[in-house]
Amino acid sequence: MEQLQKIGVPLAAIIAFLAIWEFIVWVNGWPNYVMASPSDLPAAYAKFWNLFLVMGWQTLWRTILGLAIAVLFGTLLGMVMGFSKIARDALYPLLVGFNAIPKATLVPVLALLFIGQHDFNTVLMAFLISFFPIAVSVGIGLSTLEPEYRDILRALGASRFTIFRKIALPKTLPEFFGALKVAVTLAFIGTNLVEIVSPHGRGLGALFKSGETNGDYPLMFAVLIALAFLGIVLYYGVVALEKIFAGWAERPAS
Amino acid sequence: MQNLIDIKGVTHAYKTKHGPLPVLDNLNLAVPEGEFAAVVGPSGCGKSTLTRLVAGLMKPDRGEVWLHGELVKSPRKTVGMAFQNPVMLEWRTILENVILPLEIVAPTMPKAQKEARAVALLEMVGLKGFETKRPSELSGGMRQRASLCRAIVHKPDVLIMDEPFGALDNFTREDLWQTMRDLRAKEPFTCVLITHDLRESVFLGDQVIVLSGRPAHTQYVLNVDLPADRTIDILYEPKAVEMLHLLRDQIRIAQGRDGDIH
Repeated sequence: MEQLQKIGVPLAAIIAFLAIWEFIVWVNGWPNYVMASPSDLPAAYAKFWNLFLVMGWQTLWRTILGLAIAVLFGTLLGMVMGFSKIARDALYPLLVGFNAIPKATLVPVLALLFIGQHDFNTVLMAFLISFFPIAVSVGIGLSTLEPEYRDILRALGASRFTIFRKIALPKTLPEFFGALKVAVTLAFIGTNLVEIVSPHGRGLGALFKSGETNGDYPLMFAVLIALAFLGIVLYYGVVALEKIFAGWAERPAS
Repeated sequence: MQNLIDIKGVTHAYKTKHGPLPVLDNLNLAVPEGEFAAVVGPSGCGKSTLTRLVAGLMKPDRGEVWLHGELVKSPRKTVGMAFQNPVMLEWRTILENVILPLEIVAPTMPKAQKEARAVALLEMVGLKGFETKRPSELSGGMRQRASLCRAIVHKPDVLIMDEPFGALDNFTREDLWQTMRDLRAKEPFTCVLITHDLRESVFLGDQVIVLSGRPAHTQYVLNVDLPADRTIDILYEPKAVEMLHLLRDQIRIAQGRDGDIH
C-alpha cells in the first residue's frame, strides 16, 4: 500500500499536469505553431525515436561527466574553504562573482577558446555551472563543524586527515547531497545551453534547435519533455545514492 | 605518591578584539593516581579552558601541565574526553560510536576484540541490547552513557569530563552519578570533572577544587572523606550537608570577586 502510494501519487500528479496542459491548449484553440499539446507528442516521438535515443544519450553522458567533475572539484574547493579561513575570505567574492555571470555569455568565449571541441565545451559548461553549490555546501559543512566533534579525535592525537575522513566528511554528506540535487538540474542547463547555442551542436539541445528551424513545434515540446524526463531520472539517481550514503540523516516520520 | 596530574602555576589569556582576556591566573592542581577531582567555580571562570589544557589541545601562556611525570605539549592517546553534548556520530550505531577511539589508538586491534570491549562497557552502563541502535533512537541520558563508554573504551589514564551531566534532568543525573561510581569501581581511572553542581562534586569527588572568578586560580580544596561506595542518601547526612554549605560559601566568595558578571 505504501509502495503504491509512493509511485501512484507522483504519477497521478504528472497525469493531472498533462491533462491541464491539454485542456488549456484545447480551450484556447491554439494551433500547433503556437503551442503543442501533449496529444501531439507521441507522434513526434514515433517519428524521431532514433534521434531521441542518440541525442538523449549524448546529453546524458555529457551532463553526468560535467557533474562528476563538478563533484570532485567542488568538494576539493569546499575542503580548502572549510579548513582555511584565509582561503574562504579570498575565494568567496571570486566564486560569487563568477556564479553571478550569466553562463550564456560564456558560450562564445568557450567556443573561441576551444574551437570545434563540442563535447569538451559542453562538459566544461555543465561543470562550470554546477560546481558552485557543491563547493559552498561542503565549505559551510566543514567550517561549522562543532569543536567538540573535532576534539574527541584531536584529544587522541588523530591527524587532520583522520578527523576529516571519520567525522567531517560523513557529517557533511547530508548537505552535500542537498547541493548535488541542485547541481543536477544546473548541469542540465549548462549542457543544453551549449547544445542549443553552438552551430552544428549535438544532443537534445541541438534537436530542439532543429525543431525550431523547421517549425516543428511538437518536436520542440517533445524535446522539453524528454529533458524533463532525463532530469527526473538523474535526480532520483542522486536520491538513491543519498539513501545509501546518508540515509542515517533521515528521521522516521512522526 | 606521585601525582598523575600536576598543574603548576598555569596562567592563560585569550586574545580578543578588546585586548587579552585573562582566564586562568596561577592555577595549581594536583590529582593523585586513581583519584577523582571535581572542579567547581562560577560560570565563565575558565573551567573549560582547564580541560583543554589537560587534554593537550592547547598550551598555556605560562606554567606547566604534567601528566604521568611528563610535560604535556600536545594531545596524547592516554586521555578520554566527555562533554555536555554527548557528540554522538549519527551515521554510526551506538557500538560503532563507542569503538571510535580504538580505531585511532589501536588500529591493529582485531575488530572482534574492539567490539567485545565496547559490548562489555555498554553492558556495565545499562545499554545492553542497544548496540545496533542509532544515537537518534536513544534518550539524552542513554546517549550520555554511551558517550562515557566511548571516553574510557581505550582505557585512558585520565578521564576529562566537561559538565557531562549538565543537560540532563535531576533524576537521570543522579542515575548517571551512580553509573559513574560503579564504572570507577570496575575500571579505575583518574578523573577531572568540571561541574556546576555542588551535590555532584561531593557525591563523585575525592577532592573538590573551587576556582575563583575569572581569571581563575585555585581558591579552595576540599577533601571529601566519604566512603567510596556512596549512595545518593549520603548527600542528606550531616557530614555531606556540612561540606555542601562550605562549598556554597566558597562559591559565594568566588562570585564576589567579579560579581558584575552573571
